[in-house]
Amino acid sequence: MNFNALWQYANPKKFIETTDRVLPAISVLAGLCMVAGLIWGFFFTPEDYRQGSTVKIIYLHVPSALMAINIWLMMLVTSLVWIVRRHHVSALAARAAAPIGMVMTVIALVTGAIWGQPMWGTWWAWDPRLTSFLILFLFYLGYIALWSAIENDDTAADLTAILCLVGSVFALLSRYAVNFWNQGLHQGASLSLDREENVADVFWYPLVVTMAGFVLFFVALVILRTQTEIRARRMRALLARERMG
Amino acid sequence: MIALLARDLRLAVRAGGGFGLGLAFFLIVVTLVPFGVGPRTQLLAAIAPGILWLGALLACLLSLDRIFALDWEDGSLDLLATAPLPMEGAVSVKALAHWLTTGLPLVLASPVFALLLSLPAAGYGPMVLSLLLGTPALSVIGTFGAALTVGLKRGGLLLSLLVLPLYMPTLIFGAEMARRGAEGLDYSTPLLMLAGITCGTIALLPFASAAVLRINLR
Amino acid sequence: MMPDLGKYAEAVLSSYAVSLLLLVVLTVASVRRARRVRKELQDIEGKMRKDG
Repeated sequence: MNFNALWQYANPKKFIETTDRVLPAISVLAGLCMVAGLIWGFFFTPEDYRQGSTVKIIYLHVPSALMAINIWLMMLVTSLVWIVRRHHVSALAARAAAPIGMVMTVIALVTGAIWGQPMWGTWWAWDPRLTSFLILFLFYLGYIALWSAIENDDTAADLTAILCLVGSVFALLSRYAVNFWNQGLHQGASLSLDREENVADVFWYPLVVTMAGFVLFFVALVILRTQTEIRARRMRALLARERMG
Repeated sequence: MIALLARDLRLAVRAGGGFGLGLAFFLIVVTLVPFGVGPRTQLLAAIAPGILWLGALLACLLSLDRIFALDWEDGSLDLLATAPLPMEGAVSVKALAHWLTTGLPLVLASPVFALLLSLPAAGYGPMVLSLLLGTPALSVIGTFGAALTVGLKRGGLLLSLLVLPLYMPTLIFGAEMARRGAEGLDYSTPLLMLAGITCGTIALLPFASAAVLRINLR
Repeated sequence: MMPDLGKYAEAVLSSYAVSLLLLVVLTVASVRRARRVRKELQDIEGKMRKDG
């Protein structure tokens, strides 16, 4: 496969042209997968013998959690691309992705809390996984706040890219620190389910569909938002030039 | 480098430099906690390590925006950028100066404050040691945050938002070490982890801070 | 035809409601901003072309 072909999309115009062609298809597919998966999960799955109907929350909780982490990874990659190759589209894609990631983190946290209430008898426990997500949420907050605080586009892109790199290292550190800290308190009595082991086929197939739906949803939304950021950037540049001349 | 360090220290000690402000803030936090949770000695003793760590962390945070703000305003930061000293070195010296004026006094004062919170006798050693190991990391990470927000008019709040998540690993291991020490448990694991994080940040983060500072000075 | 959610109906329904609401809000906000920015850019580009 020729990866060099990928770099042509670093040209903002080319990016917009190409994505404009594929965006409708991706959006429709994302909508279909999400609707189908959620309806399948909500209406046509049996109840779990232990968890009753709350097992249906899995179709929101797991995909959003998956996306919350992977969107950060995507931001890390695009930030690296920006630092190394200075393609604006890359930096703007990271900027466009951050709010989506934050919303995904919130969904994962909220559905987790609602699920935890009947299952563990508490809305919130300082379980390693929960705590890590809260920390991830804080990182998203800081990242978005830094983007919106700086006026110069290139400076903002540079600073947030470095913050993303440093933040990733510290987020990973926090992840393991939190593991250690909680086991220090509760002798490793983890409240989370081991999903891969526990999920039976009946629940697994609709889950796969919803996960695909969430991924496509993210792709469609990030394309749209990146286009918006590209246009907004161009607009600022034009306005600046107008003021100068 | 020595000259820069001496200059920073002189500036900090002079009025308005904020030296001692961190200490006063630490004292206030420690005073306020019993009002918040009640004066029961046992409860205070149980949460003392956490409170001391939180207090130290917040006191550190308080003085972060002073690291570069004064130099930014009078333009000496631009001079630093063109000086023969590499930016990484300048940033490290800045962090060291911040630690000497904020972190070290906090470490030295912490036994007195621990007394106020009736920390068990066994906890003093590990508590002071954990702060001694952890506060340099706080200063170095804080310098990174300060470098990020140096050009911003009202960067203070943003600075806290950016820096506090980065403080988490240090806080977790530091407070855990102090707590285990206070309860008479073995604290070698958090000690090693804390030392590792501090060494890692001191070694690597100045590069990021210097890069960020160069971008901001562009 | 609602499935019988038993005693956990509240939990299940509220989590679906909250999540879908958040997703819809995010989508609508993105789309609206996309439209607005696209139009503004067109206006500016059109104006600049006219001006020379």
